[in-house]
Amino acid sequence: MGLLRRFSNIFRAKASKALDKAEDPRETLDYSYERQLEMLQKMRRGVADVATSRKRIELQAQQLQQSAAKLESQAKQAVSQNREDLAREALTRRQGLAAELASLQGQHDQLRAEEQKLVDASRRLEAKVQAFRTRKETIKATYTAAEAQTKVGEAISGISEEMGDVGLAMQRAEDKVAQMQARSGALDELMASGALDDFTSSNDPIQAELDRAGNTPAVEAELARLKGELTGGNAQQRPAIEPGAEQLPPPAAAPPTGAEQRTAVNPTEESR
Amino acid sequence: MIVRILGEGQFDISDETLAELNEHDDQVQTAVEAGDHDLFAQALAALVTGVRTAGKELADDYLGPSDLVIPGPDSTLEEVRELLVDNEEGLIPG
Repeated sequence: MGLLRRFSNIFRAKASKALDKAEDPRETLDYSYERQLEMLQKMRRGVADVATSRKRIELQAQQLQQSAAKLESQAKQAVSQNREDLAREALTRRQGLAAELASLQGQHDQLRAEEQKLVDASRRLEAKVQAFRTRKETIKATYTAAEAQTKVGEAISGISEEMGDVGLAMQRAEDKVAQMQARSGALDELMASGALDDFTSSNDPIQAELDRAGNTPAVEAELARLKGELTGGNAQQRPAIEPGAEQLPPPAAAPPTGAEQRTAVNPTEESR
Repeated sequence: MIVRILGEGQFDISDETLAELNEHDDQVQTAVEAGDHDLFAQALAALVTGVRTAGKELADDYLGPSDLVIPGPDSTLEEVRELLVDNEEGLIPG
């Protein structure tokens, strides 16, 4: 077995090194046990780190989702105002967010998988550390140094291998977390720079434009009314060009008040 | 014979099963040397699945070394290569 043999040897090398160093193998037991406890602690911190990183991604995804929902409603609003250009803009941005969200989801799933692996590995290591502690006491109580040699070797090899495995899992998780953190930071920066636009902020260009567009008909009506009042008689020279009722010129008489204007002349009424 | 799947724990497998798995192991090694990602993923998956299904998982508190160690199923070719290169240090803490 080519590859497997080589892999296994990697794991054995370190364990036998540790054993060679000890004058009395029983001392190695205590030393190794301390290392195991340290490793368990590191594992727990590792699990916590991954969880923190995962939660951060969840938070970012939540923000992006809110922004996407807002863009969706803005697009609807724009369509109802016949502002296809704004609707298009909102939908384009929403698509950008959707892509970002999908990538976040992928990272989230990866982190979750790493977290689960670490939790499983912690459980296994904990069980083995317990077993090691029991065996350590038995060996120390029962055997002479010479007899202990093989027993200690077995126990150390077993636990070393587990620690090696756990160490690898930790390293992987740490790498993943570091990658995620870099990406999360980059996303935060993007949001801050406005490239991904946090649409919940007050200076949202689409919303501003929509608000303006929403106001336009009312403003136009006001404007028309004012113009009508001021231009008075002149306006009657260009009737019927613009059929909008509100833009109809006032009657020929002296400038009427707004109310009189509406009741005095009603072309549709007359034509019937 | 006891086989460890990295990240998953230890399994007890019979010598006959080991002979069957040897084929996949050869493929994994070939793939690593050739840098063939597809073959690598395929062979590693077959190897891991073989150990899982034919082997008997050992209790968490079993305390003994494995006869063989194989990479976890989601290992990449690069990771495996790296493990093979920097042995001695790196893997076993302490």
